Amino acid sequence: MIATTSTTPNPSTAPALIVWGLTKTFCGRAGPVDALKEVSFNVMPGEFVALVGPSGCGKSTLLSIVAGLESPTTGRVVIDGRSIVEPGPDRGMVFQRDNLFPWLTVRENVRYSARLKSIRRTLSGAKRQDFDARCDQLIDIVGLSKFAKSYPSELSGGMRQRAALARALANQPRVLLMDEPFGALDAQTREEMQELLARLSERQGTTTLFVTHDVEEAVLLSDRIIVLAPHPGRIAREIKVDLPRPRTLEMRLEPEFSSVRADVLESLYSRQRRSLSESQLQSMVR
Amino acid sequence: MTDTAAPIIRDPALSATQPVAYGNAPAFVGERAQTQYLGLRTEIPRRLYISLAVTGFVVLFVVWCILSYGQFISRIFLPTPTAVVVAAGKLWESGLLTQDLWVSNLRILCGFTLAAVVAIPLGMLVGNLRAIEALLEPFLGFVRYMPVPAFIPLLMLYTGIGETPKILVIFIGTVVQMVVMVADVTKQTQSDLLRAAQVLGASRWELFSKVIWPASLPGILDICRLNLGWAWTYLVVAELVAANTGLGYRILKAQRFLQTDIIFLYIFIIGLLGVLSDQLFKLAARLLFPWARQRMRAE
Repeated sequence: MIATTSTTPNPSTAPALIVWGLTKTFCGRAGPVDALKEVSFNVMPGEFVALVGPSGCGKSTLLSIVAGLESPTTGRVVIDGRSIVEPGPDRGMVFQRDNLFPWLTVRENVRYSARLKSIRRTLSGAKRQDFDARCDQLIDIVGLSKFAKSYPSELSGGMRQRAALARALANQPRVLLMDEPFGALDAQTREEMQELLARLSERQGTTTLFVTHDVEEAVLLSDRIIVLAPHPGRIAREIKVDLPRPRTLEMRLEPEFSSVRADVLESLYSRQRRSLSESQLQSMVR
Repeated sequence: MTDTAAPIIRDPALSATQPVAYGNAPAFVGERAQTQYLGLRTEIPRRLYISLAVTGFVVLFVVWCILSYGQFISRIFLPTPTAVVVAAGKLWESGLLTQDLWVSNLRILCGFTLAAVVAIPLGMLVGNLRAIEALLEPFLGFVRYMPVPAFIPLLMLYTGIGETPKILVIFIGTVVQMVVMVADVTKQTQSDLLRAAQVLGASRWELFSKVIWPASLPGILDICRLNLGWAWTYLVVAELVAANTGLGYRILKAQRFLQTDIIFLYIFIIGLLGVLSDQLFKLAARLLFPWARQRMRAE
């Protein structure tokens, strides 16, 4: 059921996303701090990969770099054979906050990129109609058809996040990036969103890189979990999740699910324990 | 009364026997409801709000009536309401009132529009580009504390006694404040919104035009509303010093002839114009930004 693998690239298909030797160094008050150190992994087309780790492991920084919002100190991110240097419509992103534009309705938010020159250029004539139709379809899939003309302020947190998801998919991104997208939601809404995302990614087959600190969420949604360790942020372990699809919330009760979860938790906590004892040792030496 | 928050009933005995009324406060909590009128940041009924607002004006008017009709203060210094109304009639018939209103409003419009056209783009740059902020903010902080009326003699030397110095006084008086305030409002646009737009494909220019601008528009309109008030102050200052038309000039001239009724009339008119423009701006905001109103209500 559980296989710990180093990334084995399938020779028949090229990876959708290559993260190669990524290091990010910040200048802290006490000298340079490595937020990420030599992080490398691949994500295959259609694969759902979760990044899990304690706070300070640089998982959000990693996602920002892949999004092109931050630049790495060294290393590169390659999508479809092209090195990325700035944000672009080949990546869609969902943040912890919905980040919907409050002055636009749900439909206008989902169609937002059509207002932008870089996207508008590519949407001539029939393509624009396709785009609009796709946006409406996405609004339908996330269950907001009735609220297409509502402003974000009129929606609940879960509905807003669903609209944000639809907006991120409107450009048909090669890679969907999600930065703790359900972290700010209440438990019940979060479960609804997890189920929706599982359904959506199975149906659309969108390549997804998903950051979370919720291990159960990671196991439920992903094909592979990358466990990050902090100080400096680096890959501690990769765990393949071979649970059958479609995934449902009920699966959480099954023994296979629990064993993957235990495996992830183990690699998370053993790291933490070790780093704790190291620091304790150091304080004793002093 | 429907605006009052439903009181929380903690007594289980009461809530068991009495139906809990939401919206309309049940009689037995009347006492508590009364104390809520002075609760910190607690909503009060709309009717009460309006009556209190009217009361303020009425009290002032009554005091004025008593003092003037009762001749507690000499009529030369405190004209009666009748005298003010009569003065209004005379000035209206002679056409002076219309002329003064027209001239002053035109000056305001020119000076204020000019200030807004300069200040809004500049404020957006100062608020969002650190280089421009470094270039202008310390300088603006310096200019901000210079008394605008002190510029009037200089402006007259430079531009004569025509319309230009009056418009410039209004411009100088409001533009600096506006730049600083617009910078502040645009700075409040959440960086997360900018990041979201960037990922969707927005260029740097589009971050300004399609994120920061629409996000700040309600705030900018509110800044215009506030600055229009100050524009009136500077207008009157300019007209008091150097003019032969306008509301401020008429006030100064009336002082020379001890026509306090005219002074009162013109001060009232300026106040009324202020209230009117204030309400117009608020109405515009409500019509233009339904999304902002809903957000305010939700919070």
